[in-house]
Amino acid sequence: MSPVIDPLTLIFASIFTSNILLANFLGTCSFIAISKDVNSANGLGIAVIVVLVLSSVISWPLLHFILLPLNMIYLDLFVYIIVIAAVVQALEMIIERASPALYMSLGIYLPLIVANCAILGVVLFMEIRNYDFFQAAVFGFGSGVGWWLAIVAMAAMRKKIDKAPVPAGLQGPGITLITMGFMAMAFVGFSGILRVQ
Amino acid sequence: MFSVETLVQQALWVGLVSVLMALMITIIDSIVNNYGEVVVSINGKKDLTVKGGSKLLATLADQGVFLPSACGGRGSCGACKCQVDTDVGPHLPTETPYMTDKELKQNVRLACQVKVKSDIKISIPEELFNIKKLTCKVEKIVDVTYDIKEVTLKMPHGTELSYVSGQYGQFEVPPYGDSKEATARAYSFSSNPQRKDELEFLIRLVPGGIVTTYVHQHLKVGQNINVIVPVGDFHVRDTDAAMICVAGGSGMAPFKSIFNDMIERGTMGTRDVWYFFGARTTRDTYYLDWLWSLDKKYERFHFVPALSEPKPGESWDGPVGLITEVLDKYLQEKIPLDQAKEGYLCGSPGMLDACMNVMRKNKMTEDKIYFDKFA
Repeated sequence: MSPVIDPLTLIFASIFTSNILLANFLGTCSFIAISKDVNSANGLGIAVIVVLVLSSVISWPLLHFILLPLNMIYLDLFVYIIVIAAVVQALEMIIERASPALYMSLGIYLPLIVANCAILGVVLFMEIRNYDFFQAAVFGFGSGVGWWLAIVAMAAMRKKIDKAPVPAGLQGPGITLITMGFMAMAFVGFSGILRVQ
Repeated sequence: MFSVETLVQQALWVGLVSVLMALMITIIDSIVNNYGEVVVSINGKKDLTVKGGSKLLATLADQGVFLPSACGGRGSCGACKCQVDTDVGPHLPTETPYMTDKELKQNVRLACQVKVKSDIKISIPEELFNIKKLTCKVEKIVDVTYDIKEVTLKMPHGTELSYVSGQYGQFEVPPYGDSKEATARAYSFSSNPQRKDELEFLIRLVPGGIVTTYVHQHLKVGQNINVIVPVGDFHVRDTDAAMICVAGGSGMAPFKSIFNDMIERGTMGTRDVWYFFGARTTRDTYYLDWLWSLDKKYERFHFVPALSEPKPGESWDGPVGLITEVLDKYLQEKIPLDQAKEGYLCGSPGMLDACMNVMRKNKMTEDKIYFDKFA
């Protein structure tokens, strides 16, 4: 049975209290690599939102009309990855046409959204938590927005960090990971507001 | 746990999902990547109506306009520069390393990186219209060393090609083995430009190279092969300055052409020519007899071959060491420092850069050093 949660709560929860990046630590590698520059971070964030919504929306019927009835749930990872890869490929073609500059700045990280664990994580959460179709879509969207928010915030902070006297050994990914830890601690504060699983 | 039928059924479902997704991609691809027909306008004179969606270099080549390209469109040689007069988006990171500030400002682009998406205006030098694709018959293949072949092509009947020594042609080999499409690579002419009926190239086997492997293992006498000719702007300047020529390996090619051309024109012997040729062992040397005979015949032609790694027991009484060291020594000791000099270099990027340093160190100015870099 799907849980009883109203969509607003679900959105709030997926953006803040159980942020896919800062509470679940999923999708960290591209988060660290692309958060150097606000524009690219913004672009990648939006791409992740689109991929998340589409893959949740496509995976849900596959889960409920094929995987579960046919007793082949053990193949879920396999099917989800096919879906995610296809969605990313399609999105890649569309971005290349619509915005070559964004396409170049995202570089290898665009196709690598396929391997962004945030996407697979959200789809698997959708399965484990028994969301209905509408909830899956909302959760996908909310998680995407949460990821986007986190990466844009981080890119903005890194602009400031660039000017700070960071010890040589910690420059780049090092200080980014530490900053991300602080952000995660701040987000822990949200989890007192409500708890959604 | 499952019967065979169930497993087959499940596999079919997974297959169905994949097919659906592939279908989705195909549909999106046909919508997104369909640019329809676009017009490429060259120099405001020639309008070509082409199918959009391919790179500019390939689009132009399909229409019989050949921009120079040494690497065959991989973005590694920077030769296919052309000025684009319409806005086709900012320079890509793959282009900027090859551009000067001035070129960036003029929106000079690498044709192999720019995709033709809508109507586009470009400017190219008029002489590029002379570049053509010829189908030539292989007349002769000679092994000059264990890894360098001298390939002679017969010009198609009735075609006359005028080119200058130092220019190059692009060899196009058909798909074979793992290479799924026709591939082109550039090789300097080693033939004498006065001989209009044939073209000659020196092609060295590069391990893993698509075109060189084809030439060395599959190319047969009598076979037809496509070449795009003539390309490049490496040529001898008509001055009295001493020519300091440096070549390594198959970099001999343009100099063979240049020297033969000079002999034919009667300019050989009227200016000082120093030819430094670098090889590893005697196994890598070739044409020595011919070059020594030039050295003997022309007082102002000086041939200096050097071996960098001679094997013990090899009969070699010439200089030993990297060609740059030999060059340095000669520039300091044998060639007058105040004599006007021009540098002509052909070889690998590493060798060229090292030679440039040595030449600069010996008071040769950069604008008088001309080179043909293997890309």
